[in-house]
Amino acid sequence: MPSLDDLKKRITSVKSTQKITKAMKMVATAKLRKAQENAEKGRPYSERMNNIILNLSGGVSDKENSSKLLVGTGKDDTHLCVVLTADRGLCGGFNTNIIKKAKSHFEDIKKQGKNLKIITVGMKGYDQLKRNYSNQIIEKITFKESKNINYFDADKVGKIVLEKFEKEEFDVCHIFYNQFKNVMTQIPQKQQIIPLQKEENADTPEKDNLNYEFEPDEDEILNNLLPKNISTQIFKAMLENSASEQGSRMTAMDNATRNAGELVDKLSIEYNRSRQAAITKELIEIISGAESL
Amino acid sequence: MSEEFKVEIVNPEKSFFSSENVTEVIVPAFEGEMGILKDHISIISFLKPGIIKIFSKNVEEKFYVDDGIVEFKDNNLSVLTSSIFNLKDFDKSVIDKNLSDAEKSLENPDLDDQKKFLIEQKIESLRSISTS
Repeated sequence: MPSLDDLKKRITSVKSTQKITKAMKMVATAKLRKAQENAEKGRPYSERMNNIILNLSGGVSDKENSSKLLVGTGKDDTHLCVVLTADRGLCGGFNTNIIKKAKSHFEDIKKQGKNLKIITVGMKGYDQLKRNYSNQIIEKITFKESKNINYFDADKVGKIVLEKFEKEEFDVCHIFYNQFKNVMTQIPQKQQIIPLQKEENADTPEKDNLNYEFEPDEDEILNNLLPKNISTQIFKAMLENSASEQGSRMTAMDNATRNAGELVDKLSIEYNRSRQAAITKELIEIISGAESL
Repeated sequence: MSEEFKVEIVNPEKSFFSSENVTEVIVPAFEGEMGILKDHISIISFLKPGIIKIFSKNVEEKFYVDDGIVEFKDNNLSVLTSSIFNLKDFDKSVIDKNLSDAEKSLENPDLDDQKKFLIEQKIESLRSISTS
């Protein structure tokens, strides 16, 4: 049975932890609003980009000479995976969920006897993957210094990916990130960016692309557009990720605050009981001492 | 009948500029400057570095762009670009920095013709801005 002093110390320490988690939750809430706004603002760009590419790729005249980014290299021996995670911890299952998704994909690739290369974006992803996949990680990138997600950073990642693709270091590229659904749920996503995969929605093939005039011509525009699309997709993923991270942290910290509160209640009851017990014991001793006189 | 159409400029971070009633837009398309009026045929093209001019009834807006894609469809003009500045708040120091960066990158010997052309265009349009 812990002494009164010990209990008191524990209560104060839990309380101060609670204060920290509470503050973190509030910070996350404020940041979440901003991140969400940014994610929403960024959507039109990537959506339009996608639309144009869909329209264009539908009209590509000869498939064999079109960009490798669209049709692939013709092989799929080497897979590159870009794993986007947070730079900070204490955000619940956020990082773990992405890593889990990515790991299961890695295992699939390994089972098929294909080569695997990994680029990690964000500290936490690297920390979690370096133990098992340190040989496969070819690049680790963090944006710890930049406060906000900006396109410039995404473009950097995009350029690295493109450069490696041009050197034919890989054939297929996937990105892993968390899609922000709402504050409570974030869905880990796997998206193939090279070669570009058309979403197989029933409503996409609008055949109005035939009316477009192209200047210079489809293939050239497409060649110009596809590299940009890589950066755009990565940027979109980073925006979604940052909203998810804050959402996830908010929920996690909310839970932590609540748990700390419960713990404080429990400890206070225990503290009060043992204090009362000590008083009763002393009283009994005094009374029985007085009686014996 | 009105001669106005809709234009929207989007960059990756947000919708940069949008207006419902413009009468003419001039974009620096890859194969030369292109003026777009209402009921233009649907077109997709990409941009070289230059200045986008947007005319509406009584205002004229100018933007500098590095690259981008224009799409015109059903009297909707969308411009997607990753680097855009409004000429009004385009700082002299920023222009100079961009200019010197561009000049430096031109010295790179293994540029292909298209890239070289784009950089030269960039330098030219930046110079014209900084002198005007």
